[in-house]
Amino acid sequence: MEGTMQTETKIRAESGIESGPRGPSCSLRHFACEQNLLSRPDGSASFLQGDTSVLAGVYGPAEVKVSKEIFNKATLEVTLRPKIGLPGVAEKSRERLIRNTCEAVVLGALHPRTSITVVLQVVSDAGSLLACCLNAACMALVDAGVPMRALFCGVTCALDSDGTLLLDPTAKQEKEARAVLTFALDSVERKLLMSTTKGLYSDAELQQCLAAAQAASQHVFRFYRESLQRRYSKS
Amino acid sequence: MAEAAAVVAESLAGYRARAARAVLEQVVLPGEELLLPEQEDGEGPGGAGERPLRLNAGARSRGRVVCGPGLRRCGDRLLVTKCGRLRHKEPGSGSGGGVYWVDSQQKRYVPVKGDHVIGIVTAKSGDIFKVDVGGSEPASLSYLAFEGATKRNRPNVQVGDLIYGQFVVANKDMEPEMVCIDSCGRACGMGVIGQDGLLFKVTLGLIRRLLAPDCEILQEVGKLYPLEIVFGMNGRIWVKAKTIQQTLILANILEACEHMTADQRKQIFSRLAES
Repeated sequence: MEGTMQTETKIRAESGIESGPRGPSCSLRHFACEQNLLSRPDGSASFLQGDTSVLAGVYGPAEVKVSKEIFNKATLEVTLRPKIGLPGVAEKSRERLIRNTCEAVVLGALHPRTSITVVLQVVSDAGSLLACCLNAACMALVDAGVPMRALFCGVTCALDSDGTLLLDPTAKQEKEARAVLTFALDSVERKLLMSTTKGLYSDAELQQCLAAAQAASQHVFRFYRESLQRRYSKS
Repeated sequence: MAEAAAVVAESLAGYRARAARAVLEQVVLPGEELLLPEQEDGEGPGGAGERPLRLNAGARSRGRVVCGPGLRRCGDRLLVTKCGRLRHKEPGSGSGGGVYWVDSQQKRYVPVKGDHVIGIVTAKSGDIFKVDVGGSEPASLSYLAFEGATKRNRPNVQVGDLIYGQFVVANKDMEPEMVCIDSCGRACGMGVIGQDGLLFKVTLGLIRRLLAPDCEILQEVGKLYPLEIVFGMNGRIWVKAKTIQQTLILANILEACEHMTADQRKQIFSRLAES
């Protein structure tokens, strides 16, 4: 059983392409990203993964209230607004996860007593929402010129009831899965920055999901590089 | 388990620090490490055996390399912290290794010592003015920092006035301070900017392009109408022409220059020159 699961992981990880039809050998959905689309924020980006779309805006380094200022680094605030309704507890917990990831990567020590605000708006949710939010936040931070020590990306894995691993699941696959795991990885050495999991899974399955996510993240980083090169080639 | 580890190893392989010289004028991303020219010899495949013997092994062959905006020192390498094109400038007088920096596109200004900026006076408290320069906190400007100002002869500055000045103190730990005189006490064009005119905001990259020594945009604009123009490194431009319409046309042209190619710009200028 162990052997088959590992082989399947290997097949899925190697065939991960960033823009391809979803077939039985699972791949990441089609990506699209647009930067500098909003005029007010200092940086903005819109990230699309399949049908999931998130718009991010970054303000900073800007003024901060004296009650919130930190003497030796920047105060990072993340606001996540759902598509409909008021933000609730789920949004608050996602905001905290995104904030912890951003704090690990942004060089806040260069801008003490300032605030860097990331505002995320869910435009459409079709699965892998947290990963899409992380990607949009990263692209918006790069667009704003906030100094960072690395780029980061989010990858979601879902484990089926029979143990098959699905990368970048749709909403339907997430609902039917027995476990959904989201990882945030950095670009320098694919280290794990944040992980949040829901459901039942074994220790070995966790390691396999992490390995598959690390392999998938290189496609995401390649996409980042291509889209940033395209942006700078226009000037 | 071993196979999973093999997959991970494959994905990590192929990442290593690149030589700064090899990446010049290319887009670099945050997190990349760049090797300075001295270290390349040791890092190459045949480096260890081929390096010539030197009498003073500790001295560098080229002097100091200056690490500009967008780069940080990380050990003896350069870590890229912003996305943009890597640029290099050779040293003028031969000493030092030149400057490396990342040319990035940004809207938000961070105060830098020595920069000339346009600020808006927001408050007058006692002996200092608080000036909004677009950074994270307002800069302070003493009333004595104007040409010919003394305790009896105070400058005529009101809240809402535009000031063109330079930073004398601008670091991450202290509140920025600006002055409107140079080190000899002369104004050099700094001070309160006159009446009328229009202040608008552009990106920092466009300002740097317009202030480059051989900028055609500025020469063409000068041929169109007689105008007064002030550029602030914080992304603010103040422009004044004879009539309001001309002022607005100039403001629109400068804002649009960011996205236009050289041909489109020449077309627009020729059309305006005819009318």
